[in-house]
Amino acid sequence: MSVLLEIKNIETYYDLIYAIRGASLTVEERTITAILGNNGAGKSTLLKTVMGLIEDQPDKGTIEFMGTRIDGMDTDKIVRMGITYVPEGREVFPELSVRENLMMGAYTRHNKHEIEEDFQRIFQFFPVLKKRISQWAGTLSGGEQQMLAIGRAMMSRPRLLLLDEPSLGLSPILVKDIFEIIKTINQEGVTILLVEQNARMALSYSNTGLILENGRFVMKGKCCDLMEDKDVREFYMGVRSEASAKGYQRWKRKKAWR
Amino acid sequence: MIDFLQMVLNGIAAGSSYALVGLGMVLIYKASEVPNFVQGEMALLPVFVAFMLLESYGVPPYMAFPITLIFAFFLGCFLEFAILRRAKDPNILGLIIITIGMEMILLGLVSWKFGADQRVMPFPISEYDSIAIGNLFISSLNMLTLVAALFIMLVLFLFFRYSKIGVAMKASQQNETAARLMGIKTKQVRMLTWGISAMVGTVAGLLLAPVIMEPFMMWNPMMKGFAGAVVGGMTSLPGAVIGAYIIGVIENLFGGYVSIEFKSVVAFAVIVLVLCVRPSGLFARHYVKKV
Repeated sequence: MSVLLEIKNIETYYDLIYAIRGASLTVEERTITAILGNNGAGKSTLLKTVMGLIEDQPDKGTIEFMGTRIDGMDTDKIVRMGITYVPEGREVFPELSVRENLMMGAYTRHNKHEIEEDFQRIFQFFPVLKKRISQWAGTLSGGEQQMLAIGRAMMSRPRLLLLDEPSLGLSPILVKDIFEIIKTINQEGVTILLVEQNARMALSYSNTGLILENGRFVMKGKCCDLMEDKDVREFYMGVRSEASAKGYQRWKRKKAWR
Repeated sequence: MIDFLQMVLNGIAAGSSYALVGLGMVLIYKASEVPNFVQGEMALLPVFVAFMLLESYGVPPYMAFPITLIFAFFLGCFLEFAILRRAKDPNILGLIIITIGMEMILLGLVSWKFGADQRVMPFPISEYDSIAIGNLFISSLNMLTLVAALFIMLVLFLFFRYSKIGVAMKASQQNETAARLMGIKTKQVRMLTWGISAMVGTVAGLLLAPVIMEPFMMWNPMMKGFAGAVVGGMTSLPGAVIGAYIIGVIENLFGGYVSIEFKSVVAFAVIVLVLCVRPSGLFARHYVKKV
């Protein structure tokens, strides 16, 4: 398997906040990689840095996509190279119709026939969008907007899809649906790098998991291994370790990687 | 009754040029989120360029006007690219001051180059010929203004509805980050919007030039266009058009029935009234983001 995305020692400042403190990551082709971490760990910042959304960042380090350096490139060029990012909180275009939203996803492409083909394919993934095709995206429900955001990203036919909290604010049943779709997309050859709070879900659907804390990766492993890890279970899945004789845990476990 | 209809017709004719200026302002307001006070002068300079082409270089009108519009397009692009874009993290007040500054510069430039005298634009259509519709009369220049305004509105509507770049413009206005993530060059799109806006304004300027042509000619239409845009809600293109027509008609009726001296003040009275009743304008649609 070849390496699609390679991040080497990047450091990113968000204004004065030192958000990413030297993170390295390789994403192999046709895999699903999950990045877990607490609020404020720098997960979203990492993805935004890859997309060139934070001006003049990364401060240090390099990002390579298919062997080409993309750090410091304009966002639109990065998109044209084949990376697409689904931002956190379903940033759809509220006053464009669902159709127009999807067509904007294909903004960088020109082959009308292929675009139309993909357009129909999106409705196979998300049949509910077809009913809403001429409705303003702002009037859709949260889950529908998330589907639209993912569908819109698919319209650019990316090699690498970055997903920022795809499960945010969705009902448990929808979360499962979304992850099933992510898996299907992956099986069709799209490499996926996702950031999640929902550790259990993310780990059960991905190949590799990484844990980001305070701007550094503290752990990396195969997903099944991470699932078994005691620290991960306690801090990210809320599974209690053994209770004391009184029936509750009175001490706090220390994270082993610190 | 005939008087009334005639006044309404004159109002609609006057409203057409306000509508064009108002459309230009709304386009820029949506793209850069600044009330663009240089809108009038963005048309003024091209109008004097047209004058220069026609008068000094003897370029035939059918060549001179397209050249003028192209010049206006590049002028608009230039102002955005060279001045507005350079502002680092501007707030709304700073942006307004920048547009007012640009206005002063362009106004000064025109006054210095062409002088403050009243000029006569050699326009192919005279404002003294009239067309009769039943018992109503409309000067052929007003007729042209009306037709041109409707034509431009139609073109803009089709452009924003069906062209890829038009939809991309709307997308960039609604959510700039997401637009960048689609691979849209949002900076270029914004520059393009300024160019289009300058072109729309210049059409209004060219159609006003046969009546009055001196460096301050765009003041009145710009203020009225702005009034129309505010009445329409500042973010809605059809709103700006309807607002401008309302202003034009009310202004003419007021001039006819009440007092001709206070005719041009009435537009601002309309703004005050409308904003008292609907603070965000008549046609503003504020989409509330779902969390």
